[in-house]
Amino acid sequence: MRKRSQRLWLIGAAGLLVASGVALAATALKDTVAYFYSPSDLVEKNAAQAGRSARVGGLVEAGSVRRGEGAAVEFRITDGSHAAEVSFDGLLPDLFEEGQGIVAEGRFDGSGRLVAERVLAKHDENYMPREVYEALKEKAGAAAPASYEARPAGAPAT
Amino acid sequence: MIAEIGHLLAFLALASALAQSLIGLTSGGEPVRRLALVTSLTSIGAFGALIVSFVTLDFSLALVAGNSHSLKPMLYRVAGAWGNHEGSMLLWCVIMAGYGAAAALTMRTDALRDRALGVQGLLTAASLAYLVFASSPFTRLDPAPLDGGGLNPLLQDPALALHPPFLYLGYVGFSFVFSIAAAGLILGRIDRDWARRTRPWALAAWSFLSVGISLGAIWAYYELGWGGWWFWDPVENASFMPWLVGAALVHSLIVTQKRGGMSAWTAFLAVLAFCLSILGAFLVRSGVLTSVHAFAVDPERGLLLLAGLAAAGGGAFSLYAWRAPRLLAGPEFDPVSREGALVLNNLFLSVAAALVLFGTVLPLFGQAVGASMSIGEPYFQLTLAPMMGILFLFLPFAQGATWRRAEIAPMLPRLAAAAGLSLLAAGIAFGVYRESPWILPGVAIGAWIIAGALTDLSRRVSPGGWMRALGLSASVWGMTIAHVGLGLFVVGAAVETAARRDQTFVLSPGESAEMRGRTFRFDGVREIEGANYYATEARIVVTRDGVEEVMTPQKRFYPVAGTPTTEVAIRKTLGGDVYVALGDQVRETPGAWRVRISHHPLIDWVFGGAILIALGGFLSLASRRRRDVPVSAPEGAPASSVPDVQSGAEAPA
Repeated sequence: MRKRSQRLWLIGAAGLLVASGVALAATALKDTVAYFYSPSDLVEKNAAQAGRSARVGGLVEAGSVRRGEGAAVEFRITDGSHAAEVSFDGLLPDLFEEGQGIVAEGRFDGSGRLVAERVLAKHDENYMPREVYEALKEKAGAAAPASYEARPAGAPAT
Repeated sequence: MIAEIGHLLAFLALASALAQSLIGLTSGGEPVRRLALVTSLTSIGAFGALIVSFVTLDFSLALVAGNSHSLKPMLYRVAGAWGNHEGSMLLWCVIMAGYGAAAALTMRTDALRDRALGVQGLLTAASLAYLVFASSPFTRLDPAPLDGGGLNPLLQDPALALHPPFLYLGYVGFSFVFSIAAAGLILGRIDRDWARRTRPWALAAWSFLSVGISLGAIWAYYELGWGGWWFWDPVENASFMPWLVGAALVHSLIVTQKRGGMSAWTAFLAVLAFCLSILGAFLVRSGVLTSVHAFAVDPERGLLLLAGLAAAGGGAFSLYAWRAPRLLAGPEFDPVSREGALVLNNLFLSVAAALVLFGTVLPLFGQAVGASMSIGEPYFQLTLAPMMGILFLFLPFAQGATWRRAEIAPMLPRLAAAAGLSLLAAGIAFGVYRESPWILPGVAIGAWIIAGALTDLSRRVSPGGWMRALGLSASVWGMTIAHVGLGLFVVGAAVETAARRDQTFVLSPGESAEMRGRTFRFDGVREIEGANYYATEARIVVTRDGVEEVMTPQKRFYPVAGTPTTEVAIRKTLGGDVYVALGDQVRETPGAWRVRISHHPLIDWVFGGAILIALGGFLSLASRRRRDVPVSAPEGAPASSVPDVQSGAEAPA
């Protein structure tokens, strides 16, 4: 009898915890997942809705970088056919430059511009943001990254 | 020549590991012990050959040519040996064989040890085969280049030179935990004696993993120039999952060792921890998470690792499914008891690990169906913070609980003081940093853990006064230090995350910026030359209460690698770090630079707490060595008659 009640509360506690874990994951996902868009996706899918969080990737359009007050900067990300407006206020990664493949993460404002919270550039010769690579359908010619050696600038190793 | 010797030794190690697994799994005894030592020595020899090639800059070796350079300082020439895929795989093999040798030298001779060495030999042989056939570090280049390509400058850092060895001592350490669990399952013996002999290995692996993860976080904090120490990057999560499962394991092993309970679950965790380590290696090495084309360029490696995971995991879990139903359940216990508390600990840690796993691999599945998504920090904070928060609320009660059946009422007066202290600490922290209400629960819970751990310690020593503290076993001290470290970490992480101040200024020479009562005057930049880099160094004078200090952040350029890096300047203060990074020059205004100034309150508590957790783990390990007497647990003995070996102060009221 006691064995049985012990098993019951064990299963009950585990079930409760797993259920709350699933509920937590579901609510957290709904609010925080950010999908990746290329500039063309934004136009085709009309995805630049105000307040939506997203990652936008492509090449920094030549001649589009405008420095503003303080650390503010605006630029366009292009994939050859369309371009997306991005604004960012902070230190850009060391390897940010025109023509460079980058990913900007943030939320869209009312005018469809991405207000970036993070800008990731490639970290070394071996790394190009995966999504940029796919979006551009180019050959990056990179070797398999060795553990911590190749990773996005905003996402370092342990 | 040296490289060829190394290559030969790697093959010899493979042969020896195969023989070790054959003999270990069938008979055992002295031959398997010797073979474990031979496997280890030959692997170390191969690794030594690789290090010598790196130190002597043998550029005819493809690996050296790709990852070293004649201008590189000596420390990084050595560290370059494992700062790449092939070399780090060799390190993996060396450590795996090393754990086998350590077991051969320290464990008493019986069937459990023999089978464990056999399984370990099998794992080592698989790793070595992967090394020599799919990623050999001893490939020659013809013709040899005159100089090498250099090591990524970001990796030229002492913390990062040591980060991989410690991480691997952790990751790979779980391989022996896996082996001894498989051996126990083969023999149908997951009992108290098994747990007593498994626990040191689990503690060692988990503590090393803690050190490795901490070193990586410290490196990210000062080397990347972002000031963050944890990014919920897939590669970080890959190390965090085995850590969580390892944490659950070192707790469930206590129940199995002391009470003979939870044996099936403990064996499950022991197998799972190493499977998650291989999964981590797969996620990192295949490139499937950071860049899908890297996977396509070398599908062989990723697929081989996946096959290894399937074989190890499939084999062990089949063994588990076969044997687990026959394992004896331990004595009964009440929900409110130390066993119950440790079950709760395990449930929470396992669900946490599952949440991390879900958030890490979901983007992979999204990718497979064509929806590219990213799951970042907010997901992990929203899911893990409540999970861990609730678990930590229970912790001081768990430490006070007795085996089998505990009374909550006697704990309440003792813990009331701890609760009062934690609320006070939260109030003080909120008074100092009014940035965010999240500081309140974070600091309260962290302080509650610390006060709870100290309350428990004082209860254990109180009958005999503080002199008794010296007589407490190392495992009690280990537990107390690890829990205090955890509390410090929680307080530090809550305050640092919520009250971090971070701002980028544009400063011309002579101009000043202000942050949290400090004035930062920019005095311009100068060019300097380092060992293998050029740097632009800014001079920034920090004034607080009339006291001046000079900080010199740099922007470095490494010509060999062709990459710039940011070298931040950090000033430690009692309340936290002042952190200055030099950005880029403002083109429109000559002489003006972007300067990022941050204040990271209590950041040392984060790292210090993590190091204390590891230290606590190592201390608990030390106590095992002292009492190497087999625990003879009569099967089916009434629970109350099983003496509590460890905690002498665990006297019934």
